[in-house]
Amino acid sequence: MIRVALPSHLRALAHVQGDVELEVAGPVTQRTVLDALEARYPMLRGTIRDHVTQERRAFLRFFACAEDLSHEPPDAPLPDAVASGAEPLLIIGAIAGG
Amino acid sequence: MSGVRVLVGTRKGAFVLTSDGKRERWDVSGPHFAGWEIYHLKGSPVDPNRLFASQTSGWFGQIIQRSDDGGKTWTQPGTPPGERTTPEGMPKAESNKFVYDTSSETGKPLTTHQWYDGTQHPWEFKRVWHIEPSLTDPDTVYAGVEDAALFRSRDGGKSWQELSGLRGHGTGPKWQPGAGGMCLHTIVLDPGNPQRMFIAISAAGAFRTDDAGKTWRPINQGLRSQYIPDPTAEIGHCVHRIAMHRSRPGVLFMQKHWDVMRSDNAGDLWQEISGNLPTDFGFVIDVHAHEPETVYVVPIKSDGEHFVPDGKLRVYRSRSGGNEWEALTKGLPQRDCYVNVLRDAMAVDALDKCGIYFGTTGGQVYASADAGDNWAPIVRDLPAVLSVEVQTLP
Repeated sequence: MIRVALPSHLRALAHVQGDVELEVAGPVTQRTVLDALEARYPMLRGTIRDHVTQERRAFLRFFACAEDLSHEPPDAPLPDAVASGAEPLLIIGAIAGG
Repeated sequence: MSGVRVLVGTRKGAFVLTSDGKRERWDVSGPHFAGWEIYHLKGSPVDPNRLFASQTSGWFGQIIQRSDDGGKTWTQPGTPPGERTTPEGMPKAESNKFVYDTSSETGKPLTTHQWYDGTQHPWEFKRVWHIEPSLTDPDTVYAGVEDAALFRSRDGGKSWQELSGLRGHGTGPKWQPGAGGMCLHTIVLDPGNPQRMFIAISAAGAFRTDDAGKTWRPINQGLRSQYIPDPTAEIGHCVHRIAMHRSRPGVLFMQKHWDVMRSDNAGDLWQEISGNLPTDFGFVIDVHAHEPETVYVVPIKSDGEHFVPDGKLRVYRSRSGGNEWEALTKGLPQRDCYVNVLRDAMAVDALDKCGIYFGTTGGQVYASADAGDNWAPIVRDLPAVLSVEVQTLP
């Protein structure tokens, strides 16, 4: 079971509290995890990655196991600890503003 | 007794204010969508309990919300279980999918506009500024977006298609962003002619369609803008707002960046009606519900300061269709006030006497239940107000 931690605004949109748990068939990558997340919570489509290009929105970052994975290819395997559910994939809104 | 519902969009959420026909005591609900910018909310004239909201964020993009119970509960159209699915059986949510039409079937509109440095820049969707529900069909709704384009939904906001004839009519490469971005912020539907609508873009100008959005033409003759290379150009004017009285759809009133204007021929030609206003810069303009020659504006000091002149919040009313204006001040702060009133933040109700409402960047919503003679805040200390709409309820 994959765990995903969403920023608070997206938890509110998806009507969830705490981490989201997802079943991901096949390789565990950013793309497969986000595909599973959007399939289960369609209201999140377009909020994390662009509807058309599927690129990560500019002010969102992906972290796991104390690493910034934001610039990793979307089909690169996520860390084993994420794939096993030991660690969550963190989706974080960039801190911006004064 | 009739009632009134005021829909307020702010920098940090939406608020719904309700009152009976006396308009003396107000209930406030919200914030809805706390923390999100709510550029605009508006109700369907056909089904007043159906409301649409534009919820936006620099982080998470565009969300469309819909309520079918007058704002008590909200949902993103198309997302609840049981809604449409993809061929694979997955839930299909497209209510926030605004994709510019570049298909050859619709003329493949040009996809660049003028950038701040004069170069061409690709169209990039950012947010929905204005939502305009159809006058006749509760499932049809229009959205004016940044970068400037017009979208339409015919399924209650579940999916959106661009009316690409607007961008495609040829002047798109001359459009350019204003300080707030290149936004289509005004949509006015003609109640007497379903084929006709008007839109306005900062900074391109005003446009009209007479075939339900297939083709468009600029309607900027008579406008004069000193800040563009050719002050009387066909394209490039920074129109801030257009208002119409439903009994006279051929008469339009415009608050331009500078200048208050009027057209008596559906935008074919404009004439200035700024008259004795203390400044003709401003954002909002609206028309009395029962007196089509009574017009309201809120003058703002210059395009650099963006607050009311002399620390005084004054609505100006013309009962003669322009040129002669009187300051309305009773109940409004007349010292140390430095707020702005943004383009979508004024509305009127249809009661007798006509109610006038506006919201400020200081978070107040002021109302007058007597056509502007007396004012009072109906809520204060909200986040900065972006939009105000009013529904007159049976």
